[in-house]
Amino acid sequence: MGVGAKTTRVDAYAKVTGQAKYTADLMPEDALCAKVVHSTIANGWVKGFDLEEAQKVSGVVKIVTCFDVPDILFGTPGHPWSVEKAHQDVQDRKLLNQRVRLYGDDIAAVIAENEVAAARAARLIRVEYEELPPIPEVEDAMKEGASVLHEEKAGNILAHSRMTVGEGDFEKSAGEEEDLLILDKVYQTQRVQHCHLELPVSFAYQDGNGKLVIVTSTQIPHIVRRVVGQALGMDWGQIRIIKPYIGGGFGNKQDVLYEPLNAFLCLQAGGRCVKMEISREETFTSTRVRHAIKCHVKAAVRKDGTLVARKLEAYSNQGGYASHGHSIVANMANMFKQLYHDEKGMEADSYTVYTSSASAGAMRGYGIPQADFVTEAMTDDIARMLHMDPLEYRLKNCMEDGYRDPHTGITFHSYGLRQCIEKGREKMHWDEKRRLYKDQTGMIRRGIGMAIFCYKTGVYPISLETASCRMVLNQDGSIQLQMGATEIGQGADTVFTQMAAESLGFTEDKIYIVSTQDTDITPFDTGAYASRQTYVSGMALKQTAQMLKERILEYASEMLDLAADTLDIRNNEVVDKKSGDSLLSMKELATEAFYSLSHSVHLTAESTFHCKNNTFSSGACFAEVEVDLAYGQVKVLKILNVHDSGILINPKLAEAQVHGGMSMGLGYGLGECLMYDKNGKPLNGNLLDYKMPTAMDTPNLDVEFVEVEDPTAPYGNKALGEPPAIPVAPALRNAVLHATGVAVDSLPMDPQKLTEAFKKAHLI
Amino acid sequence: MYDIETLYQAKDVGDAVEALKKNPNAVLISGGTDVLIQIREGKLAGASLVSLHNIKELKGIRMEEDQTIWIGPASSFSSIANDPIILDKIPVLAEAVDTVGGPQIRNMGTIGGNVCNGVTSADSASTQFVLNARLELTGPSGIRQVPISEFYTGPGRTVRSHDEVLTGIRIAREDYEGYFGCYVKYGKRKAMEIATLGCAVLVKVTEDKKRIEDLRIAFGVAAPTPIRCYKTEEGAKGMEIGNDLLCFVAENVQSEVNPRSSWRASKEFRLLLIQEMAKRGLAEALGRAGADVTGLKYWENWQNGGEIDA
Repeated sequence: MGVGAKTTRVDAYAKVTGQAKYTADLMPEDALCAKVVHSTIANGWVKGFDLEEAQKVSGVVKIVTCFDVPDILFGTPGHPWSVEKAHQDVQDRKLLNQRVRLYGDDIAAVIAENEVAAARAARLIRVEYEELPPIPEVEDAMKEGASVLHEEKAGNILAHSRMTVGEGDFEKSAGEEEDLLILDKVYQTQRVQHCHLELPVSFAYQDGNGKLVIVTSTQIPHIVRRVVGQALGMDWGQIRIIKPYIGGGFGNKQDVLYEPLNAFLCLQAGGRCVKMEISREETFTSTRVRHAIKCHVKAAVRKDGTLVARKLEAYSNQGGYASHGHSIVANMANMFKQLYHDEKGMEADSYTVYTSSASAGAMRGYGIPQADFVTEAMTDDIARMLHMDPLEYRLKNCMEDGYRDPHTGITFHSYGLRQCIEKGREKMHWDEKRRLYKDQTGMIRRGIGMAIFCYKTGVYPISLETASCRMVLNQDGSIQLQMGATEIGQGADTVFTQMAAESLGFTEDKIYIVSTQDTDITPFDTGAYASRQTYVSGMALKQTAQMLKERILEYASEMLDLAADTLDIRNNEVVDKKSGDSLLSMKELATEAFYSLSHSVHLTAESTFHCKNNTFSSGACFAEVEVDLAYGQVKVLKILNVHDSGILINPKLAEAQVHGGMSMGLGYGLGECLMYDKNGKPLNGNLLDYKMPTAMDTPNLDVEFVEVEDPTAPYGNKALGEPPAIPVAPALRNAVLHATGVAVDSLPMDPQKLTEAFKKAHLI
Repeated sequence: MYDIETLYQAKDVGDAVEALKKNPNAVLISGGTDVLIQIREGKLAGASLVSLHNIKELKGIRMEEDQTIWIGPASSFSSIANDPIILDKIPVLAEAVDTVGGPQIRNMGTIGGNVCNGVTSADSASTQFVLNARLELTGPSGIRQVPISEFYTGPGRTVRSHDEVLTGIRIAREDYEGYFGCYVKYGKRKAMEIATLGCAVLVKVTEDKKRIEDLRIAFGVAAPTPIRCYKTEEGAKGMEIGNDLLCFVAENVQSEVNPRSSWRASKEFRLLLIQEMAKRGLAEALGRAGADVTGLKYWENWQNGGEIDA
């Protein structure tokens, strides 16, 4: 019971039996269908449409084009709004755009009586374009004379930031000593897509009183309300967002994708219900992807293995629209800085560059999987240069207990990183395997590799952290729990239930969490992202529970004629604090409180927690692989993630969370990559050609935890949502390096790339 | 919702041929695992379909009087993979069709659709090439038999005319008796995959199991259509089983195939795979034929100083 128990998910039965309702399950049968018309060029202008044939299709209600939408620019990222103009998100898109900035840009939409009519009409729309050369990669977009995607951003540079620590001048630090070894390399990560099971889906209607209601699959209902209001120029209170169960988001649904357009189309159809179901192919091409980032790095190390200085120059491919923009590469630079101590200092220059390709946004890890690939590939390359065991090198140079970020002030309050490294070393027989896999010959070779990481918990102090919770005591002594924080498959409802049980002294079966968020009813929270909810929203919950508990005990004190401070709640009963003797059941208390003729009171509590703290979680991945040289295939023999995520609220769910993240990391490391042709058109934007690993490609996923209580957290807990996906790809890369001696410097490590590298190294 | 203009459910083969004759734009559908995808993608949106679904005479597997194996073209991949005659006489075909997509696709997709679709990547096609499968086409003017080597005319194209239905696939006794085979599929993942390359090998060894009596080797995705390597096969006849044989085959198939570069795989990578798969497929087939392949299968075990890790 309570925190630390392996409680069964509160939504397990509904989900396993198929009774849990998702957005598509709730659609009214007579809803109209909307179909987005996407551009078939990557860069240019829409000059005009020929709608004649499309309008003839039976069942077409209305066709709306980029010439019909309000002249309002808006931004889509799921950030808390900033009241300071300088910190507000970049607002760079309209509902439909005449300026085409990527293949698959939204340029028109069809509303029809059914899907077939909508699709037929969409296919018949003729578009006249003025085409510009595509600039899908950073190099293309930064070339002199490249077309400018957004007028106000000359040179297509959305943002540039610079950060230094210590001397902050690599060349100076590296030049001060003789005998330093220098590493100078370029590493690159690729575009990948979230591939959440449930596609982006929503429906919108006006209720009888003119309120615009949108039911949608989102991680961030309250932010969706604000962005729809901004995009349509409507008062935010006129809009109501309902979020039912969702089938995954992984950050793609931490962006306001098609809700504003859906709302607009509903109004264009006179308030009738309009549904939008985005296809898998559209999701690849036209929603969000993970930023591809190219990094030029340098490191200077002493022969004894001391890291002296590092330099990072990172170029992040933003795609056509800003979305989360520069936050991702800025986050990357921070982690590059935090994970290792540079004796003399480090410097980092980060650029975010608009290109004519899929807009990059939030995706599990928010720049840190990229950062970790670069940082940890680099770490193994340094260790190799030093002829030093890469694990020992890490122990010598990695971030220390109590580390405090010199820029953000974020502090490592509960340090488990070294313990994670040692635990993995032992479980994986690291030292023996490193010896065993030395000097191999033959077609099949084995290796063992590792990567460490750190990750902050929530977004403070970069952004606002605020959360609310409401608790109501029911007539039967059970609790109604409402969180603004969202269940997106990660198990939030279950851990909140456990937290409430823990803090109220109730059993979980007496806590009824309302899973659905409805912005007309649900207290405010910014939503599921940044691995923040157990920490930030958990604090709101704990605070609210304490308030409610006080009120309950106050009423009990009145009923029992005993001082409130002598009472406590355990197992749904008011007990004597000292002896633990039962004095009053919660059911009796609640019934009396509701229906008392002398003193009727509804026992409720609601509070907001403004979180002004943060802490690091950390961990390591260890991978043992077998490489088939001629086939270019990497078989994972054993893989282990060790996490330092504080006290686990629910160890079973925590383990499942790690499994999912590791699976994502395997795809990132070995196969997934969204590719583009020379015209800027995606080549493999579908689940056949985009190679996500299947169950048959997935090895056993081993998970270990190091539980160090975090003093700043509500229950000793810290970030775990995103971290599992972070260290897997670099650990695999370093294992391949150990097996073959070949350093692969870009992701993914697909077979063709590997065979080319093995040929170059004369292994085949 | 699929954009299908009309769907005609044929009662039998004659009825299907008639329906195709009447509508020159009609599209035949059997399992639907290719056609429905093309409808969804828009390529065949608004199509009029003639369905072969549940036509009994197109299903099943049986042994004919002269020991020819007859395979109903509307047999699903999973029914073929589990059929006792196939498993007993031509297990290589079961092995090949069991690599198609995933379980759902294998339950719906049919072997006839696999070849009539005309693509080089069809997992059953290269195996049918080495088995010298004969395809029976039934049209308005009667029945004709086409060896599979003459069936494909280009990528996505076959000799089947619009109003013909594939009504049987036959494999003669002399094409399977005494032969042992292997199908190697190379994909970027282990399931839900289209072959980057497919390689089917069929061998017959001499009585002492020391030499090749007959070798047949075919590839998918090594050319615009599935392709047999007849010259290499001829050259390998009589060769002693050993590493030289594997190298000879790997070396010689390269001059018979014609892979192209695409974003899925470069020509160089495909050629590397062709050599490697030829070796591995051949050694595996030889092992199944009872030949001594000790030391030939260098890709099977990781070794370090002779110490094999279990």
